[in-house]
Amino acid sequence: MAPAARFTVVGGGLAGLMTTIKLAEAGHQVDVLSLVPVKRSHSVCAQGGINGAVNTKGEGDHPDIHVKDTLRGGDFLAEQVSVKGMCHAAPGIIYLLDRMGVTFNRTPEGLLDFRRFGGTLHHRTAFAGATTGQQLLYALDEQVRRYEAEGKVTKYEYWEWLGTVKDDNGRCIGSVAVDLRTMEIRTFPAEAVCLATGGPGIVFGRSTNSIINTGTAAGRAYMEGAHYANGEFIQVHPTSIPGEDKLRLMSESVRGEGGRVWVPRKKGDTRAPQQIPEAERWYFLEEKYPKYKNLVPRDVATREIFMVCRELGMGINGRDGVYLDVTHIPAPVLDAKIKGVMEIYEKFVGDDPRKVPMVIFPGMHYSMGGLYVNFEADPKTLTPAEGSPKNQSTTIPGLYAAGEADYAFHGANRLGANSLLSCIYSGMIGGPAMASFAKSQGTSAAAMPEKHFQAARQYWQDRFATMLKMSGTENPYGLAKELGDTMTENCTVVRYNDRLKKTIEKIRELKDRWKNVNVLDTGNVANRALSYTNQLWNMFELGEVIATSALLRDESRGAHYKPDFSLPEPKTKDPTQDPEWMSLWRARHEKWAKTTVATYSEAGPKIHYEDIPTPVLDPEPRWYA
Amino acid sequence: MDTAQASAVTTKTITFRIWRQDDPAKPGHFDEFKVPYVKGANVISCLMEIQRNPVTVEGKRVAPVIWDAACLEEVCGSCAMNINGRVRMACSALIDKLEQPITLEPMSKFPVVRDLTVNRDRMFDALKRIKGWVPIDGTHNLGPGPRQAPVDQSVMYVLSTCITCGSCLEACPQVTQENDFVGAAAISQARLFNMNPTGKMNSEERVRSLMGPGGIQDCGKAQNCVKVCPKEIPLVTSIAVMNREVTKLTIKDIFFQDEAPKGHGSGPG
Repeated sequence: MAPAARFTVVGGGLAGLMTTIKLAEAGHQVDVLSLVPVKRSHSVCAQGGINGAVNTKGEGDHPDIHVKDTLRGGDFLAEQVSVKGMCHAAPGIIYLLDRMGVTFNRTPEGLLDFRRFGGTLHHRTAFAGATTGQQLLYALDEQVRRYEAEGKVTKYEYWEWLGTVKDDNGRCIGSVAVDLRTMEIRTFPAEAVCLATGGPGIVFGRSTNSIINTGTAAGRAYMEGAHYANGEFIQVHPTSIPGEDKLRLMSESVRGEGGRVWVPRKKGDTRAPQQIPEAERWYFLEEKYPKYKNLVPRDVATREIFMVCRELGMGINGRDGVYLDVTHIPAPVLDAKIKGVMEIYEKFVGDDPRKVPMVIFPGMHYSMGGLYVNFEADPKTLTPAEGSPKNQSTTIPGLYAAGEADYAFHGANRLGANSLLSCIYSGMIGGPAMASFAKSQGTSAAAMPEKHFQAARQYWQDRFATMLKMSGTENPYGLAKELGDTMTENCTVVRYNDRLKKTIEKIRELKDRWKNVNVLDTGNVANRALSYTNQLWNMFELGEVIATSALLRDESRGAHYKPDFSLPEPKTKDPTQDPEWMSLWRARHEKWAKTTVATYSEAGPKIHYEDIPTPVLDPEPRWYA
Repeated sequence: MDTAQASAVTTKTITFRIWRQDDPAKPGHFDEFKVPYVKGANVISCLMEIQRNPVTVEGKRVAPVIWDAACLEEVCGSCAMNINGRVRMACSALIDKLEQPITLEPMSKFPVVRDLTVNRDRMFDALKRIKGWVPIDGTHNLGPGPRQAPVDQSVMYVLSTCITCGSCLEACPQVTQENDFVGAAAISQARLFNMNPTGKMNSEERVRSLMGPGGIQDCGKAQNCVKVCPKEIPLVTSIAVMNREVTKLTIKDIFFQDEAPKGHGSGPG
């Protein structure tokens, strides 16, 4: 391999930029493809913080406790070796970000400050106000800009990844992409390609995600043979502000800093929240979970809020919505620690949350599932072996995945403030893995016969030319709305098999109607409707994977909740003391503690299950009461 | 309730006049659209509605409007445009607070790509010019960074919330498509990195980058930038601080030409 081998990183969020930095730092050339200027990637929306057991609060926190919280939080569906590696790397990652100039909040002594987050009892979350994702993204963006100025990184912003270029053995030797401004389609030869393309929020229509998060790249990679794992595990965030165009996230840090969730005790109480005395407020999370209180994991909080509104009809004014109250916290404290989200509420709702309790409701937020990736364990440390080409590799040789686009780190439910961490960690091990892979290959991708690139380019040029002529009656944005509505209705908090079956039928119907799309725009400059029409098909594919995986998993675990297949409530407060319940738990665990793996076929996803090795931590019942 | 809201409620539709330009080289025109009124709607949600039914008030089927957007919560910086003649973020432009018809035009200080999208490369180039980064030794584990006082952090935090939206350049009378004035955003970023305990070591380099053509002396002190900044960043203060640094360095250059350059300056803050 030549010293300056060329790699492609798709996506300019935290995972993509960290992958890029690792490759550039090792002396390689990197092409970064991004739908938007990388500084505008969706990582910018993350609010609350990044986890790392730095233990500055005298609480005896330790990376091993972080590992345990994470694995338990994900109900033992996460890939254990990578989780251990991530949690042990976390303090070093936070220090690195600190050195890069992230404006983390400080203690009076000038040290990094840490706050509480869900699913743990420790102060483990470093934060920069309530715009931590923005600050982290900018820090990495700045480092990449430095490499760009040095000529090691070339950014292709407003370029969309369309698919892989493969050689005769199925190895990924590059990509095809389209320039979203000139509509030029070209190939990018690469020794290895990393998809750091984020999650599929827009498959659900409205979510807390940016509107660029259609999941199109992951969907396409799946169609090209990459396996997609744990698709059914979709995190619905407990606290978002419902909106016409999106559901705006109201960070978990609001509760981390003392925010309390409640509804009036009296059903249909129409008084203004400030007029309702303390005794007449029902703090249902605090009552039911005296240990974790408002900081139970997200799936738990979401279900409780959902039940209070939909089953008990106790939502504010009988509608979907509960109070998230910070009015008891002094305004200067709120401004120092969570000003970013206070302003979002103020701007988009019009009320000052420092004075009036916020009204929130769960909203689709994150995909724990994603492209299946491998890891090679270091037998001594049980963490990913340094520089192994296996780490973060998908089932297509030469194709890697990192960040929300991969499936590995969060299992059945992600803990808050673990996503920024997993993005950065997966990039830190993914970059070196790609370099090792390149070194292990006999032939450089750049030396591969031109016919492979020619064929791939021709395929996409033909496909786009065909789509440009689509003049049917269906509006692609209208079809996307129908997909989003059906996915949100049937594939989020509570799931029933009959409805999941209907969802799959609906998606097949949408796929049929896609063939009758009107592309709306015949222009050859910045034709977004054309690229969206292409994305839409990939969204259907992912929607089908999510719904099918949900249909086939007949149990409740983490974010995947099926009332028809849930275990009964244990008879004792500590479920391990109820032998009858424990035997039910064990039976369920044996059957379902497995990774769901979807492989593509034209007729629909084929699902199989893989056992999950547990070298780090033995599974146990997950409860927070 | 203001009049705009009253009329929106009674007519139940919202009228938009939107700038259409297929190509930077071609002349543009306005298209008029009506979309159904929905409570809580903003400019982006209305543009999305137009995507689902791109028909003008004359009943003409047209291509959907092209605009830039991503996060829709005013943190990605994509959707800056001129709304009723004033530059602002479209996602936080609530319909109830806008007078109708609502006129949407692209920012004028950047080349149009199509319709409401513009090319803001000059902003990212400016960040390269001012060397807007902390030059770390590497990503290997070197322990924590220097301690920082919470008061310094609170100043730097505000500066680092700049979303590179371009509003400050759009409102600046000194910025034109033809010149290369770096603009308020990049000047403020230079201040941020010169405050950082490690970034400070290269402060002279950044101050120097603000000298010469397109540098800080092009600022005409109109102070429009700070008025339109969606993040309320104290841009005028940043310009004043960096101006002082540039003056200090200029004087130093005149009087101490023979002295070997110092490793680092003290940096503002």
